[in-house]
Amino acid sequence: MIAPLTVAVAVAALLLTAWCGYAAFRNQAVKDWHYLGMGIVLLLTLAQLTVGLVQLARGERPAGDGTAVFVSYLVAVALCLPVVAIVSLGERTRWGSATVAAGALVLAALQIRVADVWAGGVGGG
Amino acid sequence: MAERATAAGRAGLRTGPGRLLVTVYGVFTVAAASRSAYQLSARFDEAPVAYLLSALAAVVYALITVSLVRGGERARRLAFGCCAAELAGVLVVGTWTLLDSSEFPDTTVWSGYGYGYLFLPLLLPVAGLLWLRRARAAA
Repeated sequence: MIAPLTVAVAVAALLLTAWCGYAAFRNQAVKDWHYLGMGIVLLLTLAQLTVGLVQLARGERPAGDGTAVFVSYLVAVALCLPVVAIVSLGERTRWGSATVAAGALVLAALQIRVADVWAGGVGGG
Repeated sequence: MAERATAAGRAGLRTGPGRLLVTVYGVFTVAAASRSAYQLSARFDEAPVAYLLSALAAVVYALITVSLVRGGERARRLAFGCCAAELAGVLVVGTWTLLDSSEFPDTTVWSGYGYGYLFLPLLLPVAGLLWLRRARAAA
């Protein structure tokens, strides 16, 4: 359950990165449609957080002792888009779009770590 | 007039491209700080050098973030120095980890020039230095 959802969130986040990156490239601020896109990806991350917590509650644990790390990664993932959305509201230029693109890219990168930690690779911390 | 210029200079570090930099530096501050807090508290004995370097990186990132948000000439200089230190850090640690990985059984933010973080630790200070230099030219 964790793996397919992780891939879905990562792909959606990368699409959002490309979309907002394109807006920044074209010297445009983020528009309502972009915020709708952020909302959709945010819902996916919240679903991921919920599923992760349910899995933990049902007694499934990440391999190794990575439970706390796993939960903090899921929370960090869910926080990415709200933070950049607020920043972009205050920066109605291409740099607001670039910030959202960067936040979505970070979100996608965090998915690698989520999958890693679930599989037991707590190494990086 | 001078007052307005100062106000523009203060806000100038954190608007436009500065807004992107502040956000990314903020993310890195949180990432490096939580990473090092976890590593130092849970597994300090495994790789003290690596974990202390992670903590140092977190401090540098935090200083840059705060300086960019505060703005002003002194903050700009502090941020400039920190970005230079960060660049030196990522170059030294990156080279060090490639040559001799025995001190680094675990990775840091700066290992391998930050490849685990999409090379952002290497690109960020360069972007920061360019932005801070331009901000002075504008002020």
